[in-house]
Amino acid sequence: MSLQAVADVRPPIMPAAVLSPAIELNNVTRRFLTPNGKSMTALRDFTMSVDRGEFACVVGPTGCGKSTTLNLVTGLAKPSAGEVRVMGGPVDGIHKDVGFVFQADALFPWRSVLDNVAAGPLYRGLPRKTAYEKARDWIARVGLSRFENHYPHQLSGGMRKRVALAQTFINEPKILLMDEPFSALDVQTRTNMQDELLDLWSGSGASVVFVTHDLEEAVALADKVYVLTAGPATVKSVYHIDLPRPRVMEEIRYDTAFVEKCRIIWNDLREEVQIGQQRTLETGH
Amino acid sequence: MTMQAEAPSAPFKAAPRAIPTEAEIEAKARARLKARRNLVISLRIAILVAVLGIWELGAQTGFIDPFFFASPSGIAEQIWVWMTEGTSQGSLWVQILVTLEETVLGFFIGAAGGIVCGIVLGRNKLLADVFSIYIKIANSIPRVVLGSIFIIALGLGMASKVALAVVMVFFVVFANAFQGVREADRAMIANAQILGASPFQITTSVIIPSAMSWILASLHVSFGFALVGAVVGEFLGAKQGVGLLIATAQGAFNANGVFAAMIILAVLALVMEFFITLVENRLVKWRPVPYSEQN
Repeated sequence: MSLQAVADVRPPIMPAAVLSPAIELNNVTRRFLTPNGKSMTALRDFTMSVDRGEFACVVGPTGCGKSTTLNLVTGLAKPSAGEVRVMGGPVDGIHKDVGFVFQADALFPWRSVLDNVAAGPLYRGLPRKTAYEKARDWIARVGLSRFENHYPHQLSGGMRKRVALAQTFINEPKILLMDEPFSALDVQTRTNMQDELLDLWSGSGASVVFVTHDLEEAVALADKVYVLTAGPATVKSVYHIDLPRPRVMEEIRYDTAFVEKCRIIWNDLREEVQIGQQRTLETGH
Repeated sequence: MTMQAEAPSAPFKAAPRAIPTEAEIEAKARARLKARRNLVISLRIAILVAVLGIWELGAQTGFIDPFFFASPSGIAEQIWVWMTEGTSQGSLWVQILVTLEETVLGFFIGAAGGIVCGIVLGRNKLLADVFSIYIKIANSIPRVVLGSIFIIALGLGMASKVALAVVMVFFVVFANAFQGVREADRAMIANAQILGASPFQITTSVIIPSAMSWILASLHVSFGFALVGAVVGEFLGAKQGVGLLIATAQGAFNANGVFAAMIILAVLALVMEFFITLVENRLVKWRPVPYSEQN
């Protein structure tokens, strides 16, 4: 599969009139009750829209409520006010088109790589034979065929992330949510995994929301970068990243257009980071 | 290597120290491990021999009164007599079998009940909140006392002992299963949910496997409890069993008999422990095997 062909297949970002956006958050507010009975606002008046096939990154200061946006889209959390729509319909429970890659290791340690990747299709009621065939195929795609029968604890961090990607992509999600998936990896492995992700994504036509605190990662991957304010989070600004695809992670870092984009967005983000840090120092959490 | 051979500095070449190969290092490490294992085993034997020797010597010289505190030779003789001539209540093997049957039955019923209740309550917050107080209360009662009730209600037969063993086992396993379910990783459950698992699938494929190490840990302890339950039940009133053997020996001021029965019970517990470990190793073969330290 040539990358150029893949890039052509991927649907261009269409106007909303043709297709409803994959994900819409309209004026969403999300409040928590802390254990001591106080209410805490994680998101306030948050509006965001991700088109079909679009790669959106969400960056913001640590602890501002970035992950909350993802939980709202999965339906694991409900908005206190406002509306969340997925594929044109309101969110009601977990949407079958949603896939999620977690920051922490969420593989099942008692299952081999093969059983881990086959979990999704088996849960969804595919016959065992089909599920395992599909799983073998996806394991091959992430380059782990030799490790089918290994258990997660026998793999390196990067390999475990590959398994997690295969586990998610095997369900062919139309919406892919990623919560700082590579933040625990070392820099070289992370670059590899970013390439791997873009490769898998470019063949899938999925819409992605990728949460990260790493601005360069966001700019390198995304079509669109949302900068959030320090908590309670709301959208501060949106940047379109028109760097050409396919992108190669090792090279894009030295691209002048890339560096310029990062500089502009960082000027915007820096203020929020400072506010966030100031608040952490004052409140102690 | 070649660099060193070509190096002109003769003084250093005078004493060529062989660099040990990988195989030599491994052999050395293996030898060291073996030596250590042998040391541990011989120390263990030495301690056993010393304790038994001092005990026996004390009993022979009258320093320890064998009437009250028995003696190793007396205990061995008692076991031999039981094995060859039978006990006052019939063959020793029958006594062992009866106690074993009560213990195993009580263990399985109690463990199964504990696991099921632990998982149900662990998965259901409302049930857990409602019942937690009662479980706490029930757990704080010294449960051995229930043995008397069971003897009154269920008679001198096997049922009362099984019931006591069940009660002893249930709470330990329940507490661990409950805790295990509660400790199941949130991210892992969310992952299964998003991958498409139904609540039932989450319970069977995520909750139970992750609670398994907790449950298995409790099974080790609770087999001992089941044995205590069965023996105490026999002690309180029975027609057969090792517990009755102890009670009879006590009544006859036969200290050797009490110790002999104790040793039989210990052997029983160790054998069963071995089987539980076998089952455990089969069930959690996915767990990492720690590397042994090198030195």
